[in-house]
Amino acid sequence: MPAALAFRACGDVKISRLGDEDQPPVTDTPAARLQLLERVYSVKKRFLAMYKQAHAGHIGSSLSCAEILVFLQHAWMRDEDSLVLSKGHAAAALYALLADVNAIDARTLDSYYGEGTHLPALPPVNTIDAIPFATGSLGHGLPLSAGMALGAMLDRRDRRLFCLTSDGELDEGSTWEAALFIAHRKLTNLVWLIDRNRIQGIGATEEVLALEPLDAKLQAFGFHVVTADGHDFASLLAARDACALSLQDRQRPVVIIADTVKGHGIRHMQDTVASHYLPMDDAQYAQALDELSSAHAAALARCRDAG
Amino acid sequence: MRDEFARAMVALVGKRSDLVFITADVGYMAVEGIAEACGERFINVGIAEQNMVSVAAGLAREGHRVWVYGMAPFLAFRPYEQIRTDVCLHRLPVKLVGNGGGYGYGIMGPTHHALEDVGAMRVLPNLRLYLPLTGEDLPRVVEMMADDPLPNYLRLNAAASIPDGTPPFAPWRKIKPGRSCVVMGMGPVLANLYDVDRALLDELEIWNVGVLPLEDLPPDLLASIRQKQRVVIVEEHYRACGLAEALSYVLLAQGVCPASFTSLHAKGYPSGRYGSQRWHQEESGLLGPELHAHLERIVRG
Repeated sequence: MPAALAFRACGDVKISRLGDEDQPPVTDTPAARLQLLERVYSVKKRFLAMYKQAHAGHIGSSLSCAEILVFLQHAWMRDEDSLVLSKGHAAAALYALLADVNAIDARTLDSYYGEGTHLPALPPVNTIDAIPFATGSLGHGLPLSAGMALGAMLDRRDRRLFCLTSDGELDEGSTWEAALFIAHRKLTNLVWLIDRNRIQGIGATEEVLALEPLDAKLQAFGFHVVTADGHDFASLLAARDACALSLQDRQRPVVIIADTVKGHGIRHMQDTVASHYLPMDDAQYAQALDELSSAHAAALARCRDAG
Repeated sequence: MRDEFARAMVALVGKRSDLVFITADVGYMAVEGIAEACGERFINVGIAEQNMVSVAAGLAREGHRVWVYGMAPFLAFRPYEQIRTDVCLHRLPVKLVGNGGGYGYGIMGPTHHALEDVGAMRVLPNLRLYLPLTGEDLPRVVEMMADDPLPNYLRLNAAASIPDGTPPFAPWRKIKPGRSCVVMGMGPVLANLYDVDRALLDELEIWNVGVLPLEDLPPDLLASIRQKQRVVIVEEHYRACGLAEALSYVLLAQGVCPASFTSLHAKGYPSGRYGSQRWHQEESGLLGPELHAHLERIVRG
């Protein structure tokens, strides 16, 4: 395979969107971690407000992947890269993330879920540049990402695709068709992340249709499997660098199994099926903001102490 | 038609470097030339039609011109949601090529037939269907599809041979004049009309539909329908969602209501027995004595 097709080692990728663009690139510094914490706090506040205003569900789904999305946006993806949010039911988190980096106008977040909006409950068709595909019908995102990755390879473009799937959508056969294809074609410009919160439609993944041993299954399909704590930036950073190391020989694609908690960080939602569906009342919203704020302050303190 | 299609594709590949050809592991003795012409841009995704269509959409999103080849029954139905959501809703110019429309795979049996493919495809948003009649149609059809900014579905079948030849492929074309009855049809099954006796054939004005959704009916066709008042639709497809239903709306919307409107269509498997494509056509009254009797009744009635 020509060198131009290589997945560029990303251990040295600059964190380009942290703060002032004129600052020299940084990789893993206390300041960078503090900024990641600030960004995820901002994104969570934005989407909680959206959910409250819309009286909408899927809150647990967004809380499950907020750190992953912020990490991809600020610590891994470059301008030429793209993300496919296959778990489209977390669209509010994606909209909030895009507004946070001015990829969409933050004022449009007020229209979320409303009549005539460009921001429906799940990602729309062809209206937002940073959203290449309308997703939400599960099992589509990975093969779509595979096609985009193949397209970039055929063009010898240095472009990477990131696909975040849920774990529930691993029930879909099309996801495994794509997994076979990605491994066979050695699509090493594609990073597959699985939001492994272990809860699907109306039950636990292991009770509905068991996935374990998931890492062994993915390895057998030909992937280099990396596990991470999907709510911990240090862990995600280590996963990123492990992927980069693995991809240097361009032989095996990578998948990150990100262990997460549905409804993470908000006590009444945490690890519940209900957090997929139920909106917040006024008291729950106030409580959620309190918990979020306290957790954020504690995380900042820990980060400063460690730094 | 698949050989003519393959030749047309090879010619197209020579002109367009951004073309990617994908197959779901089908096309033995047909796509080898395309594979050679495309090089690394020929992708066999394996027997995985859902992945194939989504991958095609992803490639199209990256700016590639993607042709997807499969057997009609498996291309149209297995990945139907991927076609609808990933390709059609996003208006991506993916070109779906289904070999063996109708009873095309004959004795392979009902799992391999596609009697609902046109109906399934024609209700999808943004999708345009191409329905060639003869082998000579393919170069023009492939060129038209290559220039078409919309997603497309191409229904291939055993090519018809029309005794006096046909005008070039077009959304509407008049195949022959006739005295008392207007016949409109899609695909090679239309050629079966030439098996009826000469006196009956002389009564039939035959038109071929090459593209769906229907384009405006040509004025001389409309005039002919108004004058003759007898209309027959011929299609190797179930009546539901087929050409007759599409045409009936278009005619009514234009205030044209012929005295006689008959749909000749695939009837599935009424006897529960199986045979060649022509055997099934005959059982459905699309060939042979029943077709003759039908047309005779309409023309003489």
